[in-house]
Amino acid sequence: MIFILPVVQLLVLSFAATFDIKSIRIHIVNQDHTSVSRTLIQKYQSSPFYKISGYSESYKEAEYQLRTNKTDVVLIIPKNFEKDIIKENAAPLQFIVNAINSSAAGIIQAYSFSIAMDFNKNFVEQKSGVTITEPFNINYSYWYNPELNYKTYMVPGILVLLVTIISMFLSAMNVVKEKEIGTIEQINVTPISKFQFLLGKLLPFCFIALFELALGLTVARFVFNIHILGSIPLIFGVTLVYVVAVIGLGLFISTLTNTQQQAMFIAWFFMVVFIMMSGLFTPIDSMPNWAKNLNVINPIAYFIKIIRMVILKGSGFSEISKEFYALLIYAFCSMSFAVVRYRKKN
Amino acid sequence: MKAFIGFIIKEFRHIFRDYRTMVILFGMPFVQILIFGFAITTDIKDANIAILDQSHDQETRQIIQKLVSSGYFKLASSIKNENEIPEVFKQGNIKLVVIFEKNFASNLEKDHKANIQLLADASDPNTAKLLTSYASNIISDYQREMYRELRLPYQLNPEVKMLYNEEMKSVYMFVPGIITILLMLISAMMTSISIAREKELGTMEILLASPLKPLQIIIGKVIPYVFISFMIAIIILTLGVTVFGMPIIGSLALLLTESLLFIIMALSLGIFISTVSKTQQVAMMISMFALMLPTILLSGFIFPIENMPLPLQLFSNLMPPRWFIIIIKDIMLKGSGIEYIWKETLILVGFAVLFIFLSLKKFKIRLA
Repeated sequence: MIFILPVVQLLVLSFAATFDIKSIRIHIVNQDHTSVSRTLIQKYQSSPFYKISGYSESYKEAEYQLRTNKTDVVLIIPKNFEKDIIKENAAPLQFIVNAINSSAAGIIQAYSFSIAMDFNKNFVEQKSGVTITEPFNINYSYWYNPELNYKTYMVPGILVLLVTIISMFLSAMNVVKEKEIGTIEQINVTPISKFQFLLGKLLPFCFIALFELALGLTVARFVFNIHILGSIPLIFGVTLVYVVAVIGLGLFISTLTNTQQQAMFIAWFFMVVFIMMSGLFTPIDSMPNWAKNLNVINPIAYFIKIIRMVILKGSGFSEISKEFYALLIYAFCSMSFAVVRYRKKN
Repeated sequence: MKAFIGFIIKEFRHIFRDYRTMVILFGMPFVQILIFGFAITTDIKDANIAILDQSHDQETRQIIQKLVSSGYFKLASSIKNENEIPEVFKQGNIKLVVIFEKNFASNLEKDHKANIQLLADASDPNTAKLLTSYASNIISDYQREMYRELRLPYQLNPEVKMLYNEEMKSVYMFVPGIITILLMLISAMMTSISIAREKELGTMEILLASPLKPLQIIIGKVIPYVFISFMIAIIILTLGVTVFGMPIIGSLALLLTESLLFIIMALSLGIFISTVSKTQQVAMMISMFALMLPTILLSGFIFPIENMPLPLQLFSNLMPPRWFIIIIKDIMLKGSGIEYIWKETLILVGFAVLFIFLSLKKFKIRLA
């Protein structure tokens, strides 16, 4: 269970986590019915990004489509559109976007406008016979991921997540379980020191987590075809330090609590906060300053940054050293807390 | 009936006397919604950019000024030549490099053509795309301003109206998702753990030996949690409205009823999980692994479902949070009434009935 589930999740969830907009559904309210408006509609029809989800005569009907999520954007071509553009030299055109998802709405607006402007440019060139040249020529290039494949970005992140969840929960539940069942008393009467005891708890979890990582990297390489640009020993080295930090945190929680239910809720709380703040799903750069500062105590944020840099950009030790040392300190502190807090006698 | 009421009272006491757990239960959602509501956003603000200006003239300075004053970008460093770019990207703080060619202004004057290059670190493809499109929009705006005198005939004036979210706040997208996730996970986890715990400690046997029917035992166990979860739901909704300015355009009564329905669904899922797992640890692993990531990723909370591959879109239909997120958004943001969301409501009812049926069946087998 512990080994298969994460791989299945990696496979499934990596496909789910994408912001790529595949197709935009546009609903058209054409009140003009002229050849110009038809040419404009034609533009949207032929664009690979757009799918026309329907036509209607009135905005009322179109709004119903928006409300029931049958379309993403409504284009309204008003009456006298052709007349206005030719006679008045200015014709209005209205887009109504479902903006609940604001970032998607921004992209939809940009695409929709650029098609309209493109149509406008063609129309002007046709009518006046001048070719329009834009003075600034902007080139784009996308490094490390020229096809803008979102999976390349998410797979390393989800891999991190799985390794974290496994080590955090197994360790957080561990000592407290022995407490709840009562077997901890038996261990307490043995001559084993508390440091040795916790170290003994730590090693199997480390092993499981590293194995999980190896499995995940194999899937990333062969299923998702992600080329690991950086050094693999570096990845494993950093992971080892990270796993010790997380397990230390888990064991610390475990020594603090009395029941598995409490341990689980606390572990879950930190997990969810750490995951959401880590930059895995939404970029850290977009967060307010206090949230960025809060990430100083977030081991997942350091680790995701390191893993993405090493796997995707081939960063070496010197580029990740700051984050690495932070993790090292983290591992040391969390293990020491766990050892100090664990008492043989109640 | 008297025995049943006594049982419910016992369950309430059982839960409320463990005040440490109560603090965790009510404190956690409070802190989480505050943190997430503010921190989870995909808006671009003050992104670090580097500039490679090989021209240093009036034009390039103007454009740089436009980029920086837009609020989207922050000039983090100026670099001298192209060899520095890989170094800058590998350090990871700078996401976009803007390159102006040599003799930018004089090229513009002579040939009416000048080159700008936008290099993005696309290891995060979404941010890369947003940054390049914002930057090129700003540059095109500047271009239009400059050449206003060249304004051509036959102008089209596209306008946009952002329906349901005029200010384009990303909390409108995320707060309903956060409410759903918190309710789902807390409700399902609480029940699954509490029943599995009785089994593990052996006290379940005692309950089963009592004259209460299995259905009564399950209902008795769930009622206190319905109460707690509903309180949590109200806390979260209040925070959503007061702190994050989420509107409730539709009917509040409908919203609360739907929340109650969702809570009952999540609790019955929890019961089902506990009937199939022997120990607390197994129950927890299932409610964590089977629930946490899929509810975050497949419910349309962060990643829109329409963008997923078709098999996953179909699979996401099996995720109850997906339907609840639609319901919340429709009621709060669009002001829709039950006539728009009856389908989603029925689906939630269906899930609840299914889980209760399955766990009753399992529960009886154990009795035999």
